[in-house]
Amino acid sequence: MPKAKKPKVAVWKFASCDGCQLSLLDCEDELLAVADAVEIAYFLEASRAVVKGPYDISLVEGSITTPHDAERIQEVRRVSKFLITIGACATAGGIQALRNFKDVKEFISIVYARPEYISTLEKSTPIAEHVKVDFELRGCPVNKYQLLEVINAFLNRRKPNVPSYSVCLECKRRGTPCVMVARGTPCLGPVTQAGCGAICPAYHRGCYGCFGPKETPNTASLSAWWRKLGVQEQDLVRAFRGFNAYAEPFRKESEAYEQQ
Amino acid sequence: MSNNSKTIRVDYLARVEGEGALYIKIKGDTVTDVKLKIFEPPRFFEAFLRGRNFTEAPDITARICGICPIAYQMSSCHAMEDACGVTVDGQLRALRRLIYCGEWIESHVLHVAMLHAPDFLGYESAIHMAKDHPDIVQKALKLKKIGNEIVALLGGREIHPINVRVGGFYRVPTKSELRELVPNLQWARDAAYEFVRWTGTLEFPDFEQDYEFVALRHPDEYPFNEGRLVSNKGLDIAIREYEEHFVEEHVEHSNALHSVIKGRGNYFVGPLARYNLNFDKLPPSVQKAAQEAGLGPVCRNPFKSIVVRAVETLYACEEALRIISEYEMPEKPYVEVRPRAGVGCGCTEAPRGILYHRYRIDDQGIILDAKIVPPTSQNQKTIESDLWHFVPKNINLSKEQLTWKCEQAIRNYDPCISCATHFLKVEIEREWI
Repeated sequence: MPKAKKPKVAVWKFASCDGCQLSLLDCEDELLAVADAVEIAYFLEASRAVVKGPYDISLVEGSITTPHDAERIQEVRRVSKFLITIGACATAGGIQALRNFKDVKEFISIVYARPEYISTLEKSTPIAEHVKVDFELRGCPVNKYQLLEVINAFLNRRKPNVPSYSVCLECKRRGTPCVMVARGTPCLGPVTQAGCGAICPAYHRGCYGCFGPKETPNTASLSAWWRKLGVQEQDLVRAFRGFNAYAEPFRKESEAYEQQ
Repeated sequence: MSNNSKTIRVDYLARVEGEGALYIKIKGDTVTDVKLKIFEPPRFFEAFLRGRNFTEAPDITARICGICPIAYQMSSCHAMEDACGVTVDGQLRALRRLIYCGEWIESHVLHVAMLHAPDFLGYESAIHMAKDHPDIVQKALKLKKIGNEIVALLGGREIHPINVRVGGFYRVPTKSELRELVPNLQWARDAAYEFVRWTGTLEFPDFEQDYEFVALRHPDEYPFNEGRLVSNKGLDIAIREYEEHFVEEHVEHSNALHSVIKGRGNYFVGPLARYNLNFDKLPPSVQKAAQEAGLGPVCRNPFKSIVVRAVETLYACEEALRIISEYEMPEKPYVEVRPRAGVGCGCTEAPRGILYHRYRIDDQGIILDAKIVPPTSQNQKTIESDLWHFVPKNINLSKEQLTWKCEQAIRNYDPCISCATHFLKVEIEREWI
């Protein structure tokens, strides 16, 4: 019997650190099996061979920060059946979205000797602000097992099993005592989406929100608790302005304290 | 002899970290233009670090590069500790070397087996290569995984570890946690030795230049985090003096900032530079393995960097085993670091070469300004110089073969364009989608 045609997978990069697509190469035990199940048709970090689209699944890393990339993402959408964004840059604009709170012209002149050469947009924005996205996988970086789960789910036409509850549930499951209660360490866990495995509290530090806001987060209440622990307002602003600074609940919370 | 002019254009360089392009123009037998273009979008790290707390620099700068986050965390920690007048030593210092061993192993093996070896064996990628050489690819994946295990145990996860802080770590491992790594590391040491032997059997183009190699050098050890900056042409300075000797020049033909040594020009950082300047600091067993693979104490052929990466992988496995065998759990996971107004510098050996950070902070620990010079921007001018010399020697190859060879010559440096870009000139090309 002839083998069924393998689904084609492409990996695209916009403004980012390469870490989320590296997660795929970090699947050391699964990589060859994945390469067997799908045709890795476009993945420049790993291969110089390029297979033409259209693609069944496009994984998109990075945020949109230049006029050219704003056009390129449209083309990626056109050649992709399913478009999945991976990581905080692609789903929330990433750490580079800190420019969104400032004047980008000032940023350019701080970093570059010849500002006139730099072509950049005023804001770093998530992919979903530009095109329809079929699934957003959070994390800075993404969890590689969640990445495999999402690919698997789309190949089998089912819903990915990626929970949207908070990091707190992962701490409970891991048996980690609450760092806020037990140690008085400020933690973003109660408002942050699970997925990392609650690593930070297990290493005795507070969560810093790299998986972005959970579904319906009560950021105002958490901020009030942080204030009771003695956290200054400007430090609250910095805490919400991390790798998911431009995700709406975190953005609004940081702006609320900036104005005060 | 033909008078045809031809242009070699690789719009998207593959098997490098980040996005870059290559343009070479040839008229007859003469190269008339070489441009290594970086079009990775700028991300403005130095700008948004202003106003952040000094303790945030390790987590923020890690995000410059997903392949070598430890390097960014180490250089930023050392710079902040320098500013605040704190020294981290003893077992905490050893643990920093250990986590760096993990990063060298995962990053070097990724490059040796998955990104660079396919060029030598004529495959488009390691996945294509795996069909004919499953043992090599599988062994490499396992070796890479063991590097990642070190980073994940000490750092919490492989990419953007969460356990590194200014002054040390949030939590230090117990002796028994570290001992669990030993059986895998012993396997890794043997596997790395086989990789040294195997890379030595590859075919190398006969190519070298009179490079100035720059690396850290420490009196007692092969360098990771500390030492003086030295070169084979007489440079010997403290890290604090970096900016007195190195400058970024704005080069018109490429519109990129190129790092040069004042008064001398381009230089070469990374595994080859470290090896050439620190061969005497490698343990005898590692020196012997290098010699068996055909390397002398000095190697000027950048194509052989693949062998040197394998040698450094072997060193990292041995060093990790040594650190674990001598480990005693420190009383406190970190040294208290209180901010004071001042300037601090840090320079550590990222897998791709020296990574320099400099920060100015105020008495509350708020960052006033930041400067970061990644290894790839320091190598950029040397990569272009290699191509100017390499292409004329290979002018008779078909365009397709020459293009591939040029890509391979760039991959000799394991360039990380994600790192370099945040301050390189970005040129957008409209031809690709």
